[in-house]
Amino acid sequence: MLEIGIEHYLTLASALFTLGVFGIFLNRKNVIVILMCIELMLLAVNINFVAFSAYMGDLTGQVFTMIILTVAAAEAAIGLAILVVFFRTKGSIAVEDISELKG
Amino acid sequence: MLSAFAFYLFAGITLFSAVMVITARNPVHSVLFLILAFFNSAGLFVLLGAEFVAMILVIVYVGAVAVLFLFVVMMLDISFSDLRKGAMQFIPVGILAGGILLAELIVIFGLWSFDEGSTQVANPIPDDITNTEALGRILYTDYILAFQVSGLILLVAMIGAIVLTHRRRPGVQRQKVAEQQARTVEESMEIHKVTPGTGV
Repeated sequence: MLEIGIEHYLTLASALFTLGVFGIFLNRKNVIVILMCIELMLLAVNINFVAFSAYMGDLTGQVFTMIILTVAAAEAAIGLAILVVFFRTKGSIAVEDISELKG
Repeated sequence: MLSAFAFYLFAGITLFSAVMVITARNPVHSVLFLILAFFNSAGLFVLLGAEFVAMILVIVYVGAVAVLFLFVVMMLDISFSDLRKGAMQFIPVGILAGGILLAELIVIFGLWSFDEGSTQVANPIPDDITNTEALGRILYTDYILAFQVSGLILLVAMIGAIVLTHRRRPGVQRQKVAEQQARTVEESMEIHKVTPGTGV
């Protein structure tokens, strides 16, 4: 227990990823929290990448972590922009209303 | 011993704040717990020896993404308690999906073994230079294409966010540079011959 191996990090990452998936179902109506859950899942992926990078002695994982961070930031910015525009036109951010978006 | 204690501390707080992110009633609290989760993950990254990625995580997530979330949550005028109504009916399907995913991960975990040293290492971590310098040496040489493409992604995201949220409001005084430049002397100036004693 006191020797921290890669298994500990992988367990943490899988728990975090599962929490993210569960959160998407739990907050079906609130798109902001769904976006936060996606960020949590990306964080779990990042933990996996860095853990493998550290325990294999390979820097490549950390490079890809940074690229995932870039994509996550871009995704959050675009997602929130779409959310703001949607709220302006519909006055709500519920997911079932978003399915009415056509073109 | 100390690093094990630090791992359990950071991991525990990360998991706790992840639970709070998805269960908090107020989205502002969700964002704040998300920030806490990212801080503690940055601590985990430091434990793993990835200092640069840890600092980038704090700067990008806490400094940019979380503040963006906070702005949007506070700008939208929504009754968030209405949004939570009926959330309880999704718990079974959520537990089903999450449970299936967790079971699959456990199965993979059980069948999998990690043999250190048997795999080929593309970019070994050097001992004599810092993590930041080592990352910079491969990021700007071997991974220059990925680096440039991520910059392009950020540019597209920036333009997309501006195009999406920009709106033209009617009735706003605005400078029209083209019309100003297209003015001629004839249409903007009138010459009157004023005779003394009569006025214009």
